[in-house]
Amino acid sequence: MRNDHIQKLGFALLFLCVIITVFFLGSIIYFIVVRGAPAISWEFLTEVPRRAMTQGGVAPAIVGTFYLTIGAVLFALPLGLACAIYLTEYSPKGAVVNIIRMSINNLAGVPSIVFGLFGLTVFVKFFGFGVSILSGSLTLAMLILPSIISASQEALIAVPHSLREASLAIGATHWQTIKRIVVPTALPGILTGVILGIGRAAGETAPILFTAATFYMRGYPDSVFSEVMALPYHIYALMTEGTKPDQQTVIAYGCSLLLVVLVLLISAIAIYIRQSRRKIYGH
Amino acid sequence: MRKIKESIYKWLFTITAFASLAFLVGIVIVLFKEGIPILKYIDFFPFIFGESWYPTYEPPDYGILPLIAASFWVTIGAMVICVPLGIGTALYLHELAGEKQRAVLKPTVELLAAIPSIVFGFFGMIIVAPFIQRLLNIPTGLCAFTASLVLGIMAIPAVSSIAEDALSFVPRSFKEASFALGANRWQTLTKVVIPAAGSGISTSIILGMSRIVGETMTVLMVSGGAAVIPKSFFSPVRPMTSTIAAEMGEAVMGSAHYNALFAIGLLLFLITLVINLIAEIISRKYRLKLGLNR
Amino acid sequence: MDIDIRPVRDGIKEASDGNAGRNESTARPNDRANQFRSAKNGAVSNGVNLARMHSQNVNFYYGKSRALSNVNMNIHENKVTAIIGPSGCGKSTFIRLLNRMNDLIANSRLDGKIFLDGKDINAPGVDVVDIRRRVGMVFQKPNPFPKTILENISYGLEINGRKDSGFIRHKVIESLEKAALWNEVKNRLNDNALGLSGGQQQRLCIARCLAVEPEVILFDEPCASLDPISTKKIEELILELKKEYTIVIVTHNMQQAARVSDYTAFMYLGQLVEFGQTEKVFTVPKQKQTEEYLSGKFG
Repeated sequence: MRNDHIQKLGFALLFLCVIITVFFLGSIIYFIVVRGAPAISWEFLTEVPRRAMTQGGVAPAIVGTFYLTIGAVLFALPLGLACAIYLTEYSPKGAVVNIIRMSINNLAGVPSIVFGLFGLTVFVKFFGFGVSILSGSLTLAMLILPSIISASQEALIAVPHSLREASLAIGATHWQTIKRIVVPTALPGILTGVILGIGRAAGETAPILFTAATFYMRGYPDSVFSEVMALPYHIYALMTEGTKPDQQTVIAYGCSLLLVVLVLLISAIAIYIRQSRRKIYGH
Repeated sequence: MRKIKESIYKWLFTITAFASLAFLVGIVIVLFKEGIPILKYIDFFPFIFGESWYPTYEPPDYGILPLIAASFWVTIGAMVICVPLGIGTALYLHELAGEKQRAVLKPTVELLAAIPSIVFGFFGMIIVAPFIQRLLNIPTGLCAFTASLVLGIMAIPAVSSIAEDALSFVPRSFKEASFALGANRWQTLTKVVIPAAGSGISTSIILGMSRIVGETMTVLMVSGGAAVIPKSFFSPVRPMTSTIAAEMGEAVMGSAHYNALFAIGLLLFLITLVINLIAEIISRKYRLKLGLNR
Repeated sequence: MDIDIRPVRDGIKEASDGNAGRNESTARPNDRANQFRSAKNGAVSNGVNLARMHSQNVNFYYGKSRALSNVNMNIHENKVTAIIGPSGCGKSTFIRLLNRMNDLIANSRLDGKIFLDGKDINAPGVDVVDIRRRVGMVFQKPNPFPKTILENISYGLEINGRKDSGFIRHKVIESLEKAALWNEVKNRLNDNALGLSGGQQQRLCIARCLAVEPEVILFDEPCASLDPISTKKIEELILELKKEYTIVIVTHNMQQAARVSDYTAFMYLGQLVEFGQTEKVFTVPKQKQTEEYLSGKFG
C-alpha cells in the first residue's frame, strides 16, 4: 500500500474511535436526560419521599448530598492546602518530599471502597461518630484530600520563582510572600482542584455506603450525627431495595439526571477556570 | 517578634501537613489491623486460592479466588475496550482535530470523566444489561461482559485525558524534524510522536487500569454478583470491590467474615499500590527522557 | 538588640508611628553616613573599611563546586559599581550575596563575610528581611507581580505595615516618578502590570524597589531581556538614581559598564581579577586577563 493510503486508513481508524466514544458517552447522557426529565418537577425537588419511596420528592437526598459535600470540603481544603504549602514552600527539598509526593499519588489511586472501610473502622466505630453526616464527610474528605493536595501543589509550583524572589527582595518575610503573592497567584489552580474535588465528593457512593447513607428518611437530618440520604446512594438503593421496581426506576432516572447535571455543572466551572487561566499564561 | 511569627507559621504548616499524612497512613494501619486476623481462621494460601466463597454458611468458606478471578476478567475486558478507544480519541484530539473541534471535544472529554460511577452502574443495569441479554439470548445480562463494557466506557475519558497530556508534552521540534525528512503525518505520528510519548501513554493505560480494578458501584450493580469462578465471559461474577460493598453491611464487627472483607480490602489496596508505583516509575523515566523537570 | 541599624530617613521616620519600636536605634546613622562620605574612595581609614558595603574573603559553594573564591570588593556610597565578566564567572552569584538572596539556594555555603555599613550581614541575629529592605534588587527578567500597577508598588509598603492610603498614594507617585514611569502609567494605575511592555515592566520593578526606600540597589543584568531603547532608558535612570542610592550592576555588556559605572570589577572563574575606577580599568587595565576580555579575545 502506498504511504498516503496507509495514512488515510489510520486517520479513519482514529476517527472511528472518536465516533464510538462519543456514541457511547452520548447515549448515556441521552438516556439519562430523556428518561429523567419527566420525573423532575417542583415537587420532586422540594418534597420528602412518600409511600415507601414510590412517590413524593427526593429533597432530603439533595440536602444530604449538599451537607456531605460541604463537610468534606471544609475538612479537606484547609488540610490539603496547608499540606501543599508545606510541601512546596517549607519542606526541605529532596528525598522526604519525593516520598511524601509518591505516597500522595498512590493514595489518590486507592479504591474508594477502601476509604469506606477506613471510615467505618475509624470514624464510625473508633471515634464513635456512628453512621452520620460527620463520618461520611470525614471519609469523603480523605478521599478527595490527595487530589486537593496535588492540584494545589501543582498550582503553587507553577508560580514563577522570580515572583517569590521579587517579594523577598523588597523585604517581605517568607510568610508574607506566601500569603500575598504565592497563594493569590496560584488561586485559580487551587480553585480548580477544589471544585473538581467537590464534584467527586458529590458523586461518590462507595465511601458513604457504611459511613453515612440511609435509604429512607421522613424528614431532614437535624445534626451532624444524623444519618442522611444522598443522591448517589439513593439511586443504588432504589435499584436494589424496595418492592415497587417500576415506580422506583422512574425516581432513579430523576435522581441520576439531577446528579449528572450537578456534577457536570461543577466540573464545567472548574474546567472553565482552568481554560481561562491557560489563556492568561499562554500555555 | 517577626521571627517568632514566622517560625510559628512554619510549625503550623509542618504539623498540619504531617497530620494529614498521618491520616492517610492510617488507612494502611487499619487495613492491616482488621484484615490480618483472618489468618486465625484460614491459612494464607487457602484464603487466596480457595475456590469457594461462602462466608455465611455453616461451616463458612473463605476462599477468594472467585472474587480475584472476577476482578481479573472484568478488568481485562474493560481494558480491551477503553485502551484503544481512549488512546485513539487522544490521538485524534491531538493530531487531527482542528482548533474548533478540539476546543469543544477536549473539555467535553474532561467533563465526561467526572460523571459519577453510580450513573454508569445505573445505566448499565437498566439499559445495557437487558439489551445484551436480548442480543445474545443469555439468561441474564448482568454478567462479566456487561460489567467490562460499562467499566470500559467509563474509563475512556480518564485514559484519553492522561494520554492527551502525554502527547502534548512531546516537543514540537520532534515533529518538525520528522516532517523535514519528508515523512507524512501518519508516519510522524506512529514513528515519532507515539514512541516519544510512549511511557506517558503507558502511564495513562496503567492509571486507567487502577481505576477499573478499584471501581465499586458499577460492578456492584452490573456484574451479577455470583461468587463462583466464571465459566465464561457471559456468566455473572462478583469482583472484590463489590463483595466488600455488598457484604460489609451484614458482617458482624470482629467476626471472621468482617476480617475477611478487610483482608480483601487490603489485597485491593496492595494491587492498586503496585499498579500506581509502576505508573509512577514509568512516568518518572519519561520525564527524564524528555528532559522535563517536574 | 542593636541589629536594626537601618538609617532613619525622614520619610520613614514620620511615617513609622504605627510601627513603634522598629526604628528606635539611638545611633543616628546619618552621622555615620557622613563619615563614609568623607572617607570616599579611600574607603579604609584607621584600619576600618568605610565603604558602604564590602566583602571579605568571600568563598561560595554550590554543593561541592566552588563558585567564588576569595573575593574582596568594596562598594562605594553613591557610586555605580559594575561587575563584568564572561558567563559563569560568578558575578550574579556575588551580587545575590549582597542581599542574601542566595539563602534560598539549597545546598549552598558561604565562607567569608559581607559587610553593610561595617556590620556583618550574615552574623547570627541579623534579620535577613531587614537586610533585604535596605539592599533592594532588580532582576534579570522583569518580574512584576500579576497584580495592578498600583498594587505592585504599594505591596512593599503594606508588608511594612503601612496602611495610611494617603501616604501610600504619595509614595507610589514618587516612586513611579523616580523610575521615569509616571507619565506613561498615570492614567492606568489599576491596570494589570503584565500588560506593560518589557521595558516598562522593568522600570516598574525599579519603582517597586524604590518604594521601600533601600539604601543600596542591586541590578542583576537589568537589561538582559530588553530592547536597545528600553536599555537606554534604564541606563539613564541608573545615572539619575546614583545621586541618592548606592548602586551595583551586573552586566555582560562592557559598553554598558563603561557608560554607567564609576567603578568596575572584572571577574573570571569565580575570582575578582581586577577592581578599580572604570576609566582606569577600561583604558589601562592592570591584568592581562582583563585586557584580553575587554578586547574581545574571550568571553
